[in-house]
Amino acid sequence: MAENLIFERSHPGTRGTLLSALDVPARGLEALVPQDLARQAPLGLPEVSEPVVVRHFTNLSYLNHHVDKDFYPLGSCTMKYNPKVNDRMAALPGFSLLHPMTPVEGVQGALALIVHLERALAEITGLPAVSLQPAAGAQGELTAMLVARAYHADRGEDRDEVLIPDSAHGTNPASVRMAGMKAVEIKSNARGRLDPEVVQNALGPRTAAMMITNPNTVGVFEPNIEKVAAAAHEAGALMYLDGANMNALVGLARPGAMGFDMMHLNLHKTFSTPHGGGGPGAGPIAVREDLRPYLPVPAVVEENGVYRLDDDRPQSIGRMHGFFGNFGVLVRALTYILSLGAPGLREVSRNAILNANYLLSRLRESYDLKYPGPCMHEFVLSATRQKKQGVRAADISKRLLDFGFHAPTTYFPLIVEEALMIEPTESETRGTLDRFAEAMITIAREAAEDPEQVKSAPHTTPVIRPDEARAARRLRLRWTPEDEDR
Amino acid sequence: MLEAIGAESFEELIAPVPEQLRLSGLLDLGPPRSEYEIARTLEAWAARNHHGGAYRAFLGAGSYDHFVPAAVDHLSFRSEFYTAYTPYQAEVGQGTLTTIFEFQSMMSELTGMDLANASLYDGATALAEAALLAAAAGPRSRIAVAGPMHPHYVQVLTTLCRGQGIEVVCDPAADGLVDRGWLRDVLGDCAAVAAQSPNFHGLVEDLSGVFAEARDRGARAIHVFEPHALALYRTPGEMGADLAVGEGLSLGSPPSFGGPALGLFAARQEFVRQVPGRLIGETVDRNGARAFVMTLRTREQDIRRERATSNICTNQGLLALRATIYLSLMGPKGMRDVAEQCLERAHYAAERLGALPGFRLRHRAPFFHEFVLECPRPAREIVSGCRAAGVIPGIPLERFGAGHQATLLHVCVTEKHLRDDIEALVQAVGEAARG
Repeated sequence: MAENLIFERSHPGTRGTLLSALDVPARGLEALVPQDLARQAPLGLPEVSEPVVVRHFTNLSYLNHHVDKDFYPLGSCTMKYNPKVNDRMAALPGFSLLHPMTPVEGVQGALALIVHLERALAEITGLPAVSLQPAAGAQGELTAMLVARAYHADRGEDRDEVLIPDSAHGTNPASVRMAGMKAVEIKSNARGRLDPEVVQNALGPRTAAMMITNPNTVGVFEPNIEKVAAAAHEAGALMYLDGANMNALVGLARPGAMGFDMMHLNLHKTFSTPHGGGGPGAGPIAVREDLRPYLPVPAVVEENGVYRLDDDRPQSIGRMHGFFGNFGVLVRALTYILSLGAPGLREVSRNAILNANYLLSRLRESYDLKYPGPCMHEFVLSATRQKKQGVRAADISKRLLDFGFHAPTTYFPLIVEEALMIEPTESETRGTLDRFAEAMITIAREAAEDPEQVKSAPHTTPVIRPDEARAARRLRLRWTPEDEDR
Repeated sequence: MLEAIGAESFEELIAPVPEQLRLSGLLDLGPPRSEYEIARTLEAWAARNHHGGAYRAFLGAGSYDHFVPAAVDHLSFRSEFYTAYTPYQAEVGQGTLTTIFEFQSMMSELTGMDLANASLYDGATALAEAALLAAAAGPRSRIAVAGPMHPHYVQVLTTLCRGQGIEVVCDPAADGLVDRGWLRDVLGDCAAVAAQSPNFHGLVEDLSGVFAEARDRGARAIHVFEPHALALYRTPGEMGADLAVGEGLSLGSPPSFGGPALGLFAARQEFVRQVPGRLIGETVDRNGARAFVMTLRTREQDIRRERATSNICTNQGLLALRATIYLSLMGPKGMRDVAEQCLERAHYAAERLGALPGFRLRHRAPFFHEFVLECPRPAREIVSGCRAAGVIPGIPLERFGAGHQATLLHVCVTEKHLRDDIEALVQAVGEAARG
């Protein structure tokens, strides 16, 4: 890789920005910072000019694949197009320059936005009580699990087990554990779906909740969801929806009507806020009305058109974020919802489902499909056939990079051997889907005829198969000045 | 499309969704709207907010308004960074991976700690993650919060600890600096001691003694720091902290009503396998070229599931990028200049405000860029009295809970407050006090 680290471009004495002159009487560091409080080591930041900084980060940016460049079919991540108006709205000075502790009469516009988004998400999910505080989907899961615990504790019930299908995202069991509960794994049936009987047998007096992704991570809708929900409720457990796959349902069906009591939404997936290279996202939760008292504080309350912050919620699980969550992301998500309106949101799920099924129909012959049948917004191919030819799912993913595409999610879900999880989203044209399908078909042919071509891929990227084992063995997590001499 | 798929209708594709679960009509969310129409609505809301561009605001307490050079926006809004995701495919994610490696390097340098992760949600959740890391070693199940800590940090810490049966104990009388006597009494069964400096009252304290005592008694030492202050003051590393956490939003990002924020997390080397969240490491590729990858992945939720060190799945990538660009532009000299100007301007403002009739500074200990002012009348009245002058003089401490005296005002001054801003502040506060 050609680009040096910014530290390696440092020239002593250079600086990238200048401050206004100090225009108040200076008392001097000696007077204001006692010697025993002063920093001892020099501050080893790079010393570079603005042009050097701009070139450095511009050149680094060229090394990234991104949605604005081309197809990004990373399953379960919903890499849809991010409309630019979202960012313009979030950058309005009234939002971006607003301090979170401004007197409440000076944040009425921000609170209005919060309440409008809460109402829109309640309408979309069919679950009336919303908290926008969780900063990401995983934090939404954790928030909801804490709500579930508080709810059961209030009812004098000692429940600390959460049922989770074996196809679930890793965050589910991790969030359950962080909430101080135990994850109990539920086996999927031979069709990659929940078996009501298996669920029934796992439910018991210790079950606090059941966490389900629907459509599940195999990309199919759980046909027995109502039966499962009824059984969970009968056993006194709450039904939680991991909303990562809400792009399949928005405007089409509401989780509240399926028997879910609580869920999170990933605003950076379904509601088009940019992924930023791995955050910020936002993971609001929506819950049943009687769970509202347990939501994080502060709540935003409207009385006669005036908004205020309400901290006085004795049953609340407490605060989950230093302030109000990822507000800038909330502005973008509401902008998206307003842009599309009800008809546009319905088109989102329709087109996401159509695109996924179209792509699936084009790839069905070339790859194996563990669970046949139409999919919702994504599907999971299995490279078992290619594995016999010596080519693994990871090799196919790497080879796709040579065609200018990002790879699908690879080796997830865990219940599918050699999994390639593909989510095209609604943003893509048929032309893009065809180009991707052609690439996948070409790779399948290469696997059969010239497997080395795939196994040694990628051939065209800035770096090729970085040595991950070495990274972990010879751990280097930071640059140090001694590196200059290497 | 349907024909190519081989389906008669769209309904055939969604056959597994029971009909009674499908929405028959449209959601109650109105029609599609044009960009212009949306801008009109949102601009109207934004205009109702008293923001830092329209008011002279002296607000701190965990969110600090520092100047952001234009190049930070220009570079971070590049689609290549902005619309990428977690670099799962290192071959086409070297841009993001390299910047995060630079970010980790800068955070290690700033804090004087051995290593830093790729960031967490915000400062408050970073503190909670540090406490959970300390408590995970067992068997102790209490966390002591020594000295004045930001109340929201304590609240988030308490929420996340309660889930795992960990108790948070705070010094109820914390005012000013750490009370070593109180700490000595509670330390016996604590997994960790957390202390903030500059603390919630703005005061800077040498925590070396506190941290040494914590370690002698078998507890981990957690320093909650403020990144700009580290250009001037002893670092967590220099004071012997095991873990160091802070809020990095002020490094190149706007306040944005408190989020998206940037949780900073740094640690001593011995904790590397317990660190929550993402770590980027250096390696070489097949041709021997330097490359960066996500590393020690077996700590993370998608591999380790319920045995992961945390449930966190993302970091705050874009904010970390902005901090990296900001720190590159500032360099050591710029960071020091900003910190010195905060210090000088805050002391000038404190001196002027403290000299107003009936006002005085609450504490005598050294402070950085914020301080607590005792007013001759309730602070909320001072704040409303300043509004007409376009000044927000600070935060009445009672907004953080009924335990605080109504006359206390929390004031923050940064390098963005020039002399005429400070003069306007002093005049507005003086007039508000007279009523």
